[in-house]
Amino acid sequence: MSHGVEFCGLSLAHPVINGSGTFDAIAARRAFGPALERDFPFAAYVSKTITLAARAGNPAPRLWEAPGGLINSIGLPNNGLDGYIAEDLAQLAELPVPLITNVMGSTAEEFSALVGACDQRPEIAAIELNVSCPNVKTGLDIGADPQQLAQVVGACRASTRKPLIVKLTPNAANVPACAAAAQDGGADAVSLINTLRAMALSPQEGGERRPWLGGGTGGLSGPAIRAVALAQVAAVAARVSIPVVGMGGVQRSSHARDLIDAGATLVAVGTETFRDPATGARVAAGLRALRRTGEGFPTA
Amino acid sequence: MSQWSAAPAPFARRLLTVLGIDELGVYRVLRVADVETPEPRPGQFAMLATAERWGGGEDERPYLPRAFSIARRRIGESHFLLEDVGPGTRRLCELREGDGLWALGPLGRGFQPPRPRHRAILVGGGVGIAPLAILQDALEAEAATDVTVLLGFRDGARAQGAALLHGARVATDDGSVGHHGLLTELLSQELYRDSRAEVYACGPAPMLEAVRAMCATRDVPAQLALEAGMACGFGACYGCAVPKRGGGYLRVCVDGPVIDARELDCVSEHAGAPS
Ligand SMILES: Cc1cc2nc3c(=O)[nH]c(=O)nc-3n(C[C@H](O)[C@H](O)[C@H](O)COP(=O)(O)OP(=O)(O)OC[C@H]3O[C@@H](n4cnc5c(N)ncnc54)[C@H](O)[C@@H]3O)c2cc1C
Ligand SMILES: Cc1cc2nc3c(=O)[nH]c(=O)nc-3n(C[C@H](O)[C@H](O)[C@H](O)COP(=O)(O)O)c2cc1C
Ligand code: FES
Repeated sequence: MSHGVEFCGLSLAHPVINGSGTFDAIAARRAFGPALERDFPFAAYVSKTITLAARAGNPAPRLWEAPGGLINSIGLPNNGLDGYIAEDLAQLAELPVPLITNVMGSTAEEFSALVGACDQRPEIAAIELNVSCPNVKTGLDIGADPQQLAQVVGACRASTRKPLIVKLTPNAANVPACAAAAQDGGADAVSLINTLRAMALSPQEGGERRPWLGGGTGGLSGPAIRAVALAQVAAVAARVSIPVVGMGGVQRSSHARDLIDAGATLVAVGTETFRDPATGARVAAGLRALRRTGEGFPTA
Repeated sequence: MSQWSAAPAPFARRLLTVLGIDELGVYRVLRVADVETPEPRPGQFAMLATAERWGGGEDERPYLPRAFSIARRRIGESHFLLEDVGPGTRRLCELREGDGLWALGPLGRGFQPPRPRHRAILVGGGVGIAPLAILQDALEAEAATDVTVLLGFRDGARAQGAALLHGARVATDDGSVGHHGLLTELLSQELYRDSRAEVYACGPAPMLEAVRAMCATRDVPAQLALEAGMACGFGACYGCAVPKRGGGYLRVCVDGPVIDARELDCVSEHAGAPS
């Protein structure tokens, strides 16, 4: 049986991709040289989140190690849409896999401008919307409010015919309702889970206790969130008919298989890549071996 | 390939075997068999984690690997200098001969050779002396450069670490060994004697900042080996940011850890070695 997967019209060599913001292919080429392309661990490459204007990111410290996980407040540093297109795109297009560009705006207009620009670029195979962002006018997380979400996705849908993936926020009262809203707005797929809102206080004893992270709060990822991810992926897959990309705490092929059995078509690896950059390849090889042993699980 | 140019790191972490661990005052020198690693450039580092019981310490940590300077290369061996400052370093200090160690590297940008006819002044504080040992080896292999070594420690037990390098002038905060006072006082004397020098520094943030400021005032080139909390070590997480001159941030793991001091307005409080 082939290991390949059809996903929103893309033919992928296997079902494992990276979580946005957890693998910088341009920096990795500097660190690992030509082995990056030769042993590229993911079946598609998802860029980190791109915004209209460039962002420097949050002040240090940006990381806190939690039990079995990581709280980050990176703050979405990126060169902005123009910088991404001028500087990054040509390098990312050389990767041996399709490119999915992840974008974030703070209004429906910003989102659709970003999506419209990506639509013009042949290097970009699909677009992922990071909707874990407060609406500047209402202060509510766009992705946490089904009505706003459907409106934003609708605006983006009108700006592109490329596959549109909506990356849901787990910090919402009713995640399946948000997934349904994304589908109603015209999404081709949903991905989840993004990081869970979390915080750590500075370890120093006595005196005023301040948040450790430069951004105040951050997002929790890694094994600590795996069980939450499984529950949310199962609930969303039961609710929508479009494909689901499952992620959260995947370290091994058995974790990826759990997400697939819960209804995911693709699985993304995030934080575990920090511990071993070859994790994606190892998870994909493990899934392949599981299939060979005939423990067949639903194919896409 | 010359010792100043770096080959890319293997694209996966590798399981190495511990050869032994030696005491050096409060520090430990971890020796691992490492035959296949590309020769590191002085100043490069590796991300390390034990193969067994990485996790389950205080607060269920450590989880992520930890960054360590490659302190020395011997044929088929890599050496690391460790100071127990928390759950990760504690677990590494417990390693014994035959134990497994996950290593990713060599990573990052290392030191640049000194300008022609400039002597090298190596300035190390505490566990920050580690990358200066392999740098001293490299400079002395070329024999073309005059090398001066200045090392500072908090107390006598830490000052035993000075044995990692040779010919060092030592300063201690408590006066138990060598000069009683700041390392930068020794540096100031050296620069007064002859300022045609290239300074190489690694240590706690306040020390690095004092070195940076002194070199900036006297127009002496300085290469600073910075540190930062790291999740990955290869540019993936953007967690190791330090502010750069003119706004924005550098990633210590891929833009450094060795940074030309002129790229910084100042060394931020989070960018140094444990003190
Ligand atoms: C490039 C580079 C080279 C280095 N070289 C060496 C070397 O040669 N030798 C050496 O001994 N060390 C070296 N270090 C430092 C070493 O990586 C750290 O001391 C180590 O990561 C500490 O881990 P730990 O678990 O022992 O301590 P931690 O508990 O992580 O404590 C270290 C510091 O981290 C902060 N902290 C405390 N709790 C947390 C938490 N939960 N999450 C995040 N931060 C926390 C505190 O500020 C604390 O002082 C280097 C670092 C870098 C970046
Ligand atoms: C350091 C870090 C940076 C991240 N940056 C982004 C980002 O830019 N955009 C995004 O949509 N998700 C981002 N994420 C979320 C991941 O893509 C993923 O959804 C999450 O980490 C859960 O997967 P994991 O447990 O395997 O890491 C980031 C996660 C981490 C840990
Ligand atoms: S440690 Fe991850 S980007 Fe530097």
